[in-house]
Amino acid sequence: MKLVLETKNINKHFYKPKDFHVLKDISFGIKEGEFASIMGKSGCGKSTLLYILSTMDTDYTGDLYLNDQLITGKPHEELSRIRNKNIGFVFQFHYLLTEFSVLENVMLPAKKLAEKSQAEIEHDAHEKLKMLHIEHLTEQRASRISGGEKQRVAIARALINNPTILMGDEPTGNLDSQNSENVFNIFKRLTEEQRLSLLVVTHDEDFAKRTDRIIEMEDGRIVN
Amino acid sequence: MINWKVILNIAKTHLLTKMKSTVTAALGVTFGIGAYITMAGFMTGLNDLLDGLTLNRTPHIRLYNEIEPSEKQPVSLYAEFENAFNVVRSVKPKQSQKKIHNALPILNYLKANDAVKGVTPQLLAQIFYISGSIELGGTLVGVDITEEARLSNINDYIVEGTPEALRNNANGILLGAGLAEKMSLSVDDRVQVSTVAGTIFPLKIVGIYQSGLAEIDNVQSYVNLKTAQRILGEPENYITDINIKLFNIDQAPAMAIGLQRQFDVKAIDINKANAQFETGSYIRNLITYAVSITLLIVAGFGIYNILNMLIYEKMKDIAILKATGFSGRDVQLIFMSQAMIIGLMGGLLGLLMGFGLSVMIDNAPFETEALPTIKTYPINYNPMYYAIGIVFALISTFIAGYLPANKAKKIDPVKIIRGT
Repeated sequence: MKLVLETKNINKHFYKPKDFHVLKDISFGIKEGEFASIMGKSGCGKSTLLYILSTMDTDYTGDLYLNDQLITGKPHEELSRIRNKNIGFVFQFHYLLTEFSVLENVMLPAKKLAEKSQAEIEHDAHEKLKMLHIEHLTEQRASRISGGEKQRVAIARALINNPTILMGDEPTGNLDSQNSENVFNIFKRLTEEQRLSLLVVTHDEDFAKRTDRIIEMEDGRIVN
Repeated sequence: MINWKVILNIAKTHLLTKMKSTVTAALGVTFGIGAYITMAGFMTGLNDLLDGLTLNRTPHIRLYNEIEPSEKQPVSLYAEFENAFNVVRSVKPKQSQKKIHNALPILNYLKANDAVKGVTPQLLAQIFYISGSIELGGTLVGVDITEEARLSNINDYIVEGTPEALRNNANGILLGAGLAEKMSLSVDDRVQVSTVAGTIFPLKIVGIYQSGLAEIDNVQSYVNLKTAQRILGEPENYITDINIKLFNIDQAPAMAIGLQRQFDVKAIDINKANAQFETGSYIRNLITYAVSITLLIVAGFGIYNILNMLIYEKMKDIAILKATGFSGRDVQLIFMSQAMIIGLMGGLLGLLMGFGLSVMIDNAPFETEALPTIKTYPINYNPMYYAIGIVFALISTFIAGYLPANKAKKIDPVKIIRGT
């Protein structure tokens, strides 16, 4: 099956406060429609890896491929565009723009991409919100909704440009079990119905066990 | 590719939700620019007033005969002493007449010149004003009053009576205000003047002249040129001064040199006569600009501070924007446009405020003995200051916004998101 995301020999050092080899020879791939999770103890480098994969962190050695295209070494402007178009990101702490309405939050990445008209973008945003059962929040201020709702809005925002891959940094880490369950079911449905690839960093073992594949990390290496 | 619509929308939302900071920053600019406009208008208005006080009364070029010693003493013309070192002691001024030789042909010649706006002949005479047994020393100026009224602002300084009244009365006199007060005289009274030679001549007061400069008002009066010639017992070509107004004041120095050579008279131009006023205006302008720039810099720091704070508050937002695909440049533009919007709004309001204050000052009563024609404070509404004001507002906000915006551009989203 086609690999959506692939890494070859990725190494990263932290130089402050002293030289620390965080990631050692990371090589793996994510297939289309695969729901993978990264597990490991705090400090094993799993978040660091995720930020490299998301193209936000460029300070590493090795090669990163997205849709069989080499990403490593591209200028920042282009990386921004790739991130905008191909990668959806969900954080642990919802991270919505609190001054904007839910709808505006969801629409923002699509407006930046500017491939569709305003009306189409608005239509898409409504679709995504409907799919996540939060369409009644559309006009609310992002600061006025509950934690579980915020996370679902963040997922809608991550999906607005129909990305190749969705990445999550402990997306359920800050949610109660019912909301966690909700988010997991949404993710599951996305992989099954829309063949979306998912890569989620998590501490939650129950969550990880139900994914297609668990990538276990220890001391900067993939052990399993 | 820059998506201005999205960027401006984000900038607008930031500004509107932080209304207090936005208004504070904009008001900083408003007061800076408003104060600049008011100061510049008031200061230059005052400059113009003070310059006008003297300069408008001063001809661009004045021709007269100077009483001075001959440059070449007779001994240097004597061939036998050609190579000697001659010392002449106790040199006396040359015996010469006060009147300008060939004054009437010179007048006609100058009137035909295209660069000349107008020429007026004058007769300056030393006289005494007689009040009972008291004799007051003074000067009498014989003028062509119609031409004077056209070329200078003498009209503004005639506080009672009119120039026409003088023209129509062969024995009329425009008496200096200080003299009128000293001798308790008013319009329609009579005053006697006596020449240095002792001839006494009665004149009728048709107006009072007040220049605002006491040293002039206490000694000087105006009569018709012909009256002055008659009092002195001189013929019609007896003219001691020729005053020239040019269309372009900058030509005065060069032309003065030419006339001096051409007619063998002393020609003095306005710059030489009033060098100190140039210096005064220059220094006042310098002060205006120094104060204004200080105000604008203070406003600039205000904007810098508020944007800096805003960026610290918006760290998370910046990280999200970057994570969802906005480039560093986009983020920089978002904050730059906020700064520019603040600058533009504040600047425009500042222009309005400056204009409002100027109008208020312009209408504030300002009455002083020294300046009879001035009823309110002087203001200069030169549009140039408004242009400079808005340009300065934009430049200072650009600089004040650039530094924080550049910082926002460089923020590493990973660091913010990971909370390190």
